[in-house]
Amino acid sequence: MRSRQKAYLAVLLSPGALWLLFFFITPSLLIVVYSLLERKDGGGVIWSFTLDAYIKLFTPNEGTFINDFLIIFLRSFWWATLTTVICLLVGYPLAFYIARQKPSVASTLLFLVMIPFWTNFLVRTYAWKFILNNNGLINTILQAFDFAPWSLINTPTAVLIGMVYGSLPFMVLPLYASIEKFDFSLVEAGQDLGATYWQVFTRIFLPLTLPGIAAGSILVFIPTVGQYVVPTILGGGKVAMLGNILAQQYGSALNWPFGSAIAVVFMVLLMGGIIIYFRIEQEQEI
Amino acid sequence: MTVGVELRDVTKRFDDFVAVDNVSLQVMDGEFFSLLGPSGCGKTTNLRMVAGFELPTKGEIYLKGKPVGQLPPFKRNVNTVFQNYALFPHLTVAENVGFGLELKKLPKPEIEKRVVEALEMVRLPNVGKRKPQQLSGGQRQRVALARAIINRPEVLLLDEPLGALDLKLRRAMQLELKEIQQQLGMTFIFVTHDQEEALTMSDRIAVMNLGHVLQVGTPKEIYARPNSRFVADFIGETNFLPCKIVKSPAAGMAEVNLGGEFNLQAACEVEVHVGQEVTLAIRPEKINLHSLQESLIDDAVLTGTIMEIVYLGTDTRYTVWIMDNISLEVRQQNVVDTDDMGHFQRGEEVKISWLSNSGRVLIN
Amino acid sequence: MDNQFLTWGKRLLWLNMLFSFLFLYIPIVILVAFSFNDSRLGARWEGFTLKWYVEMFSSDAVLSALSNSLIVAFTATTIATILGTMTAVAMERFRFPFRKTFDGILYLPVIIPDIVMGVSLLAFFSLLTSIVNGALGLSGNDSIRPGLVTVIIAHISFIISFVTIVVRTSLKDFDKSLEEAAQDLGADEWTTFRRITLPLIAPGILGGALLGFTLSLDDYVITAFTTGPGGTTLPIEVFGRIRRAISPEINAISTLMLMMSMMLIIISQVVQRRSAKM
Repeated sequence: MRSRQKAYLAVLLSPGALWLLFFFITPSLLIVVYSLLERKDGGGVIWSFTLDAYIKLFTPNEGTFINDFLIIFLRSFWWATLTTVICLLVGYPLAFYIARQKPSVASTLLFLVMIPFWTNFLVRTYAWKFILNNNGLINTILQAFDFAPWSLINTPTAVLIGMVYGSLPFMVLPLYASIEKFDFSLVEAGQDLGATYWQVFTRIFLPLTLPGIAAGSILVFIPTVGQYVVPTILGGGKVAMLGNILAQQYGSALNWPFGSAIAVVFMVLLMGGIIIYFRIEQEQEI
Repeated sequence: MTVGVELRDVTKRFDDFVAVDNVSLQVMDGEFFSLLGPSGCGKTTNLRMVAGFELPTKGEIYLKGKPVGQLPPFKRNVNTVFQNYALFPHLTVAENVGFGLELKKLPKPEIEKRVVEALEMVRLPNVGKRKPQQLSGGQRQRVALARAIINRPEVLLLDEPLGALDLKLRRAMQLELKEIQQQLGMTFIFVTHDQEEALTMSDRIAVMNLGHVLQVGTPKEIYARPNSRFVADFIGETNFLPCKIVKSPAAGMAEVNLGGEFNLQAACEVEVHVGQEVTLAIRPEKINLHSLQESLIDDAVLTGTIMEIVYLGTDTRYTVWIMDNISLEVRQQNVVDTDDMGHFQRGEEVKISWLSNSGRVLIN
Repeated sequence: MDNQFLTWGKRLLWLNMLFSFLFLYIPIVILVAFSFNDSRLGARWEGFTLKWYVEMFSSDAVLSALSNSLIVAFTATTIATILGTMTAVAMERFRFPFRKTFDGILYLPVIIPDIVMGVSLLAFFSLLTSIVNGALGLSGNDSIRPGLVTVIIAHISFIISFVTIVVRTSLKDFDKSLEEAAQDLGADEWTTFRRITLPLIAPGILGGALLGFTLSLDDYVITAFTTGPGGTTLPIEVFGRIRRAISPEINAISTLMLMMSMMLIIISQVVQRRSAKM
């Protein structure tokens, strides 16, 4: 490389790289350090090494092999999985339908998916609170017809509805992108070779749209597993997820090392999952 | 004649891959010079090194005697016509053509005048205000040419510029390019994988393969006197017959044995010794076909059986089996078109002949 | 039988589409409709009114939150777009040591759940401010505390990645020979970038900036952990109100936020159409 090109590269690269180094990588590493320090009353840490936070996180309740925090871990991953599966079951046929329309219709429908995608997440979650609340729309209607009120808010169902609602566009858009690229003459080729509809779907269509399924699932799963807004607004703090206990440890409980330990374990699990996913993907490509 | 561009011992390595291997070339001033070879032979890399898009790993490039190998492209008085034209889509045709002059900070009226001239030169007046996307492929090609020649470069580099055009347009553009080159007296270095194109347009051709320059010469030299099996095979069609030297060459002619009693004279410009296994190369159109009864004046005569006849319009191609696994392709011009595809039949035994110096001995 | 199977399949697809869109839009429509409802309590329709909008625009808290949100979004997007574009060009046009590692790091802020990024920035800023305050001997009301500035810094940190990804896509689509052609005609690196690359990737940059702007306006979680006195943005204000109760005022503010999103969508669509034409 010519030396002037090196200078040009340095000018281009260093501001962004330094910014991320200072304001992203350093804070992330700081969390790892904090998780190994002692708790200070009133927030913050005392700079002496201890494994207390991790011991607390992994010590089961007496007589069991689990504790409240681990239950929340399991619940968050389970709900994120449920949300992803529901979004996939609704989103895949929706994306397929859109991809099979005339370009003008398809672009309109796609636009209709984009609008919620760009709309404020908080507002969309609040919309459901407005509907599901005890004095919300459903109960107002029920009351008007003298039915008994239906307590929906602050239940796992409400949280799941909110999460599916928030995530659906994130599933549909990548799915659409991969279905749209699909060459439909392959379906005819498959049928020509004697494949049934079901075989065409499972042996040709599904494998070739797998990248879209994977991308959509990641885009839904990861934000959902760390959800804070939905369980807070629609779960009312009664249905806690990982985001809630993280916020709690950094907020009212003021146990920063413990909060950091939760964040570290959370990230290790997520990153582990992502790395395994990419390994599998790479192997399949070969 | 002075040397316009010179490559001296130039090597270009990409990681482990050697794209250009120790190449030395001289291109004369005002010459139409072609780099010809199959894809991946290093011809485009050569061109890109002259343009400055790639730096040679070893060796030096001279432009009018000055070393330029390490200079960035914008400091060389060289311009390129790109394979895909690379016209700037956000600028009009006139802005595209005037881009180089504008960067040289020429006064506006001067730029405008020269843009008009350049567009007239490539026979595209009145398109200056359009965007490149609104032009046809052939028109874009001309704009790309105008954008390059307007800067009056010392050398114009053309990277397969006709590759994207259809055959008819391509033929027309070939002649036009040649005409423009002669009018301007500019040095052109033209990269192509199309041997016919290279033969039509060039003053001289360098045939490349696997990063090496195999032969440099005029189209006639390259076609009539190929120095290697690759060149003979890549340019035009050639029959290759394995044979053995029987008599050492004298006055440029050697005697070879094809096996059995077939002994022939052939042109030989390479060092060989008696008993050496060599290849005899002979072009299909240099071979004559005769009925068995005909008496012949040619020196090299063989007998064989016609295995296949293919009618090709301007001529007819015969496959003639001589012996064992040796057969020859023969082309006879269809001077008179007869219904029965000439008077030879499949399975007929025939005599074939050629002038001895049409056959060439090549080293394996 | 096959044909029947197909017809039923098509019907099911159509129904799924219909219900999906009803599911996506009914809540939003209800939200907007009830922002015009003349009743403070509950969701009983009592007649049309604009008073919640009047109330919203006369509330100092809402107005200052709105202005804070816009200040944060504009500042963060501008800085992140410049840094992100430079990073994208460096990544797409150069080979350098640790490029792959940096490539991975660039994707992290997009992948990491916002709550984790929020707490790590909270920890970082509290450490940073305590160090700075200690060094300058500041305490009490004079001390430096998190606020609008820390929010902006935090937003830049996650927007950079999004902008870089979007701009890199348009650089990848970009025909590299155009840059070579410019250099061939005598343009140096900077002139080539200014005259050729920048105009052609401008739609990509604008797209990245719009995405960044939306994400910044949208963000509650990271803002909540990095803000301080004087740093209340619109989502922070709204979240506080939602936790207390539902009210038609929130519907009105939500409708306002909805309108802002709509405007951004329309702008981004226009940009996309333009760039598709080129």
